[in-house]
Amino acid sequence: MDIPYTVEERPDTGLFNAKLGVWLFLASEVMLFGGLFSAYVFLRFGAPEGAFHEWGKELNIPLATLNTMILISSSVTMVMSWASLKLNEFKKYKLYMGLTLLCALAFLVIKYLEYTAKFSHHIYPSTNTFYAIYFTLTGLHGLHIIGGMIVLFYFWIPGNKMWDSRPEQFTNRIEIAGLYWHFVDLVWIFLFPILYLL
Amino acid sequence: MSSGHDTADIQSHIKVYITVFAALAALTIVTVAASYLDLSTGEAVFLALAIASIKGSLVASYFMHLISERALITWILMLTAGFFFVLMFIPMISFIDQARTG
Repeated sequence: MDIPYTVEERPDTGLFNAKLGVWLFLASEVMLFGGLFSAYVFLRFGAPEGAFHEWGKELNIPLATLNTMILISSSVTMVMSWASLKLNEFKKYKLYMGLTLLCALAFLVIKYLEYTAKFSHHIYPSTNTFYAIYFTLTGLHGLHIIGGMIVLFYFWIPGNKMWDSRPEQFTNRIEIAGLYWHFVDLVWIFLFPILYLL
Repeated sequence: MSSGHDTADIQSHIKVYITVFAALAALTIVTVAASYLDLSTGEAVFLALAIASIKGSLVASYFMHLISERALITWILMLTAGFFFVLMFIPMISFIDQARTG
């Protein structure tokens, strides 16, 4: 028996099931990051005045700006990979999905360089409350990037055979994977200023 | 798979995606530039969060297609936003309480 509503919309929700499922998952993700944003506010107000700004000066703003640009670029290539499938251009889909993965890898490499630079200066999560929340937030975000990469890699190569048998369902899969990927980008859009610039 | 109408529709979407990308890149530069302005902490926080909110809205509206999404998803997100603001308000309540009780 086939799983229902993988392509056609459910009459009561007006959505295919997986899309509603991913949006509900993203709502839970908002609460997960929301709890940590709340902890950030709590720790910032609890620290001596201006301390968070001073402690944050050790961070590398040019590298983080580059990473922001890379993640924004990956969001565009992600949505272009979906648009390519809608236009029936599978080769372009492969190209854009490959570029998305490349951007994700570049983001992680830069994050690794940032982390190792901090460790070499003996800066750890235990150094102060700023670095405790910095490593927690960016670490959790990095794990989301890795998780996303695993799924996107599956759709890029091993899982792309579905395009031949069920193209519409495959296109929907790329759309909802994209929703997750854009969410990860959206989280970084807020992490960048609060951790690096304020 | 795609009808003629769909194709034209998607091609116009692609133009929007490129425009949104340019706007996001420009706003990222504005965010960084604004952080070098001589502003008070309150002003700097307001400005940075305002720009981040604009960027976030662009991603959600166009890349995540919220602008043309079903009402059910809008309702789910409004409920989520409500709970998110409660979470943000918890530290505030704590500090207001501390300030009040000394």
